[in-house]
Amino acid sequence: MATYPEDCLYTREHEWIRVEDDVGVIGITDYAQEALGDIVYVELPSVGDHFSQGEPFGNVESVKAVSELYMPVSGEVVEINEDLAESPQLVNEDPYGDGWMVKIALSDPTELETLMSASEYEEYVKEEREKEK
Amino acid sequence: MTVTPCHVTREEGLIFERSRPGRTAYSLPPLDVPTVPVETWIESRFLRADQLAGLPEVSEVDVIRHFTRLSRWNYAVDLGMYPLGSCTMKYNPKLNERVARLEGFAQHHPLTPEELSQGSLEVLKTLEDLLCEITGMAAGCLQPAAGAHGELTGLLLIRACLEARGDARQKVLIPDSAHGTNPASAAICGYRVQTIPSTERGLIDLEALRRAADSEVAALMLTNPNTLGLFEEEIEEIVRIVHEAGGLVYMDGANMNALVGIARPGDMGVDVIHLNVHKTFSTPHGGGGPGAGPVLVTSELEPFLPVPRIVRRPDGTLALDYDRPRSIGRMRAFYGNFGVLVRGLSYILTMGPEGLREVAETAVLNANYLAHQLKDTYEIAYPGPVMHEVVFSDKRQRAYGVRNVDIAKRLIDYGFHPPTMSFPLIVSGALMIEPTETEGREELDLFIAAMKAIDRECRENPELVRTAPHQTRLGRLDEVSAARRPVLRWRSEASSAPSGSPSEERVASPEP
Repeated sequence: MATYPEDCLYTREHEWIRVEDDVGVIGITDYAQEALGDIVYVELPSVGDHFSQGEPFGNVESVKAVSELYMPVSGEVVEINEDLAESPQLVNEDPYGDGWMVKIALSDPTELETLMSASEYEEYVKEEREKEK
Repeated sequence: MTVTPCHVTREEGLIFERSRPGRTAYSLPPLDVPTVPVETWIESRFLRADQLAGLPEVSEVDVIRHFTRLSRWNYAVDLGMYPLGSCTMKYNPKLNERVARLEGFAQHHPLTPEELSQGSLEVLKTLEDLLCEITGMAAGCLQPAAGAHGELTGLLLIRACLEARGDARQKVLIPDSAHGTNPASAAICGYRVQTIPSTERGLIDLEALRRAADSEVAALMLTNPNTLGLFEEEIEEIVRIVHEAGGLVYMDGANMNALVGIARPGDMGVDVIHLNVHKTFSTPHGGGGPGAGPVLVTSELEPFLPVPRIVRRPDGTLALDYDRPRSIGRMRAFYGNFGVLVRGLSYILTMGPEGLREVAETAVLNANYLAHQLKDTYEIAYPGPVMHEVVFSDKRQRAYGVRNVDIAKRLIDYGFHPPTMSFPLIVSGALMIEPTETEGREELDLFIAAMKAIDRECRENPELVRTAPHQTRLGRLDEVSAARRPVLRWRSEASSAPSGSPSEERVASPEP
């Protein structure tokens, strides 16, 4: 079963963000990695790139498909997870931990209010599963 | 202990690994002219320093056996049903091969002057006219090398047209069921992509389309029938919405096999369409082509078509016209993949209008026969009468821990090529099956029996399915490692010592 850590906020596109001080750590959720299957490549932006909320910041390639990654909130990339280049499977193995993707400096923390809490996201995933064809 | 080496017929290596110094597949007669050092003829900067070291040194029998063995481990549409959805893997009549090999076509140099190329130009002009008739469009270009290249050509035409209207726009609308090449082509053409969701029935969501169709919309890229095998019934309304917003409608003609001879995209109001000659018109594909992706357009877009255009002079002869100031330019060297186009014309003329209509009718009948026979065994994600293909999902088999990939691999054991998997993306665990019109009732019944047998196995012995295939020379391949750490280059032991990344080295781990 998919997991939903309480200390994260979630998007409808299945990214999570965990805010520590002014820095947000971003990755994809357990549900997303499970749906994608074995991840073989993660393309990430460069440090210093700036993205608006909802803008694609990279993509993740699994044996099934290539999917875009969307920014949960606006900000500037301050660090990327270099380990994913050699070990993309970290996203499958530990989506909320070692499989994190980018860290950003938030430019507008009020945007966090538009995201889902863990329980709201869990409910959302339940609905998605029911709709699943 | 004596280890008996495995014969090469069981453990094929690379042709490079069969190399032995000095072994050759030719013998030349003794030299009867004075020897001249090659450097006296060719400047040293053009000469290779490595003396071609590393190329395989093998005998003729080594080469023939190596490639013959590989060909026997392959699967082909000439061996059995190849239900690879979206790819239209129909049988390719051998007559087309014979026609394309006629000396006048096969040996015709592309730089031959026009007056000596009238036959080949006539082939191209006739094909262009016939494709216009089949699609209901005004004009066309045969240059694009395959479907995605046709998409790019079509979008460049749309961009040129909108710019000529003084109304350049920024975004392209694409349904979530589209071929992945559609958004890629739009992005390469400089457009922003906006996805349009599908309804519960698997058709384009008209309300979402209306909301998205604003003054920035350059085009809608629509596949009809769509990748779920469903006909977009509201095509006329869809076209009206986009046109009223000032955009153009691009139709991806990859699924034209369902419509050919019956319905014409031009009559539906489409502005640009590409066709896949290698799908609908039966030229061989798979394994990298070559294909052909002609683009057909309305008269408004005609001035922008790539150069050269084939035009008929007053005296009836054909000429290549480069004097087209509004053209988007050339899309391909010479005039596209000529040999493929010859095959396509051969097919169209062989079938005739009634024959082409029968192609679509039988393709649709075959897909519906499969859908009907298998609907109680496999979930159909979007029920409804299908066109040329049907998309099942692994929803029922998932309960036994079996996924679509396992079912696809197990089909190999039953003698079939696997279907397309995990596409379209809006169906979880998709198995996309396109039988095409060239499969007879017996082959379809065998396929149905195999699919039902696999479903039984899922319930009774899921491990058998999860570890398939079992009848092939090699079992389940590690596709994840192959994607994560691809070995793209062979290096001899001698030269591999200080190699770059470890992923470049061949992983030598022969199966026992």
